[in-house]
Amino acid sequence: MDGFSKSIGGGGPNVPAGSHPAGGSQAAAGGGATQRTQYPYVTGTSVIALKYKDGVIMACDTGASYGSTLRYKSVERIKAVGKHSIIGASGEYSDFQEILRYLDELTLSDHMWDDGNSLGPKEIHSYLTRVMYNRRNKFDPLWNSLVIGGVKKGPKGDEKYLGMVNMIGTHFEENHVATGFGNHLAIPILRAEWHEDMTFEEAVKLVEKCLLVLLYRDRSSINKFQIAKITTEGSTIYPPYSLKTYWGFTHFENPAQGAVGSW
Amino acid sequence: MARFDPYENNGGTCVAVAGADYCVVAADTRLSVGYSILSRDHSKIAQLADKCVLASSGFQGDIKALQKALAAKELIYEHNNNKKMSCPAMAQLLSNTLYYKRFFPYYTFNVLAGLDTQGKGCVFTYDAVGSYERTGYSAQGTGSALMMPVLDNQLKSLVLSYCQLRTFNTKLLLVQDAVTPLSESDAVDLVKDVFASATERDIYTGDRLEIVVINSSGTHRECIELRKD
Repeated sequence: MDGFSKSIGGGGPNVPAGSHPAGGSQAAAGGGATQRTQYPYVTGTSVIALKYKDGVIMACDTGASYGSTLRYKSVERIKAVGKHSIIGASGEYSDFQEILRYLDELTLSDHMWDDGNSLGPKEIHSYLTRVMYNRRNKFDPLWNSLVIGGVKKGPKGDEKYLGMVNMIGTHFEENHVATGFGNHLAIPILRAEWHEDMTFEEAVKLVEKCLLVLLYRDRSSINKFQIAKITTEGSTIYPPYSLKTYWGFTHFENPAQGAVGSW
Repeated sequence: MARFDPYENNGGTCVAVAGADYCVVAADTRLSVGYSILSRDHSKIAQLADKCVLASSGFQGDIKALQKALAAKELIYEHNNNKKMSCPAMAQLLSNTLYYKRFFPYYTFNVLAGLDTQGKGCVFTYDAVGSYERTGYSAQGTGSALMMPVLDNQLKSLVLSYCQLRTFNTKLLLVQDAVTPLSESDAVDLVKDVFASATERDIYTGDRLEIVVINSSGTHRECIELRKD
């Protein structure tokens, strides 16, 4: 919904900076004082995540686009939530910031109960599903696809959890998830190569393989990534880094080689 | 322009077959969006009461909200009446809940099934806005059009089809007649066959089949693999 239909339907900010032709009608369509989300503006692209031996690993790039302009290049789209979870978001970045505010309130009141219990990833996922669904019911969605991962001690020991929820409230739990273009490019790789109890190094290698494919093929991704992991010890969001890319293909070196004509 | 669409169809098919003293409910576990598969292992079946099970296909956000709302209402009923809700009672509640959102519907296609107050199998089939009827068997969802003809062929009683041929009097349609005389294991085999067939031709049906059998001794769950393409 957030990545794909935009590029095909020609939606999203077609005229980025400056005049917005549909500006006037937007206010009118919103019905006077209340405005509703019609399109996303500053968007993040795919987030991918998978369960491994010690917990959950999540990765995404640090770019945020304004239509076809790469507006922000150092944006953190993965954040820690409480002691047991991390959340990653694609889609409208300001809506993600709003969601982080909601989660702040939630974790604060959870902490103030001071009852020795803290919200785990399953609870956070359930809460966010309700928030997204209720906003969709009011026709004013939070234009995001969220990935929630974490580890918490349960009745069967340390239980790893990884789930996803999209802007209309569709949600599910899986061993590996990806949003936006990741759904089409990364999930096939994850389905073929993921297995139970991968080591951290194996998981990072697999994640980097997916990120590289997304870098080559997703127009809105950039070569600056962040990986985050969550284990029983807590969450770690690693500093951003770049992947090595290869452009030395003969067709790139001499693109007009096979073409007859002046262009 | 990409306009916000509050609905999406996450696909899948649900089936239920009522027997003399049992009920078989089944649904595939594939969650799709567009041409992608989001999950191969997502259950569409919710146990609302000990003898009452709801299988829903359609938009998953609405399915989960509906199942949650019904479970909450069932709990309140238990607290007020000191007993679990019977299947026919839940059937009426589901219809009312769906119609309440008549002008912004739950995009869900439901089959409610279980044992009635006499212990006989019952199946209730719904559309998205709450119109329902009690039948002996039903299929709802993306593969329903592929399954219903096969179920009609195997389960509609000879008495029923004969009456229909001879007269146009639809009052002869005795809904309870459609409760199958098949044994429990035969009904389960039929359900498996019918899903295998629908999986061949419906892109949204497949991966795994979850079968729930309700009888006097309780609820029994079984899963079998379906084609993953």
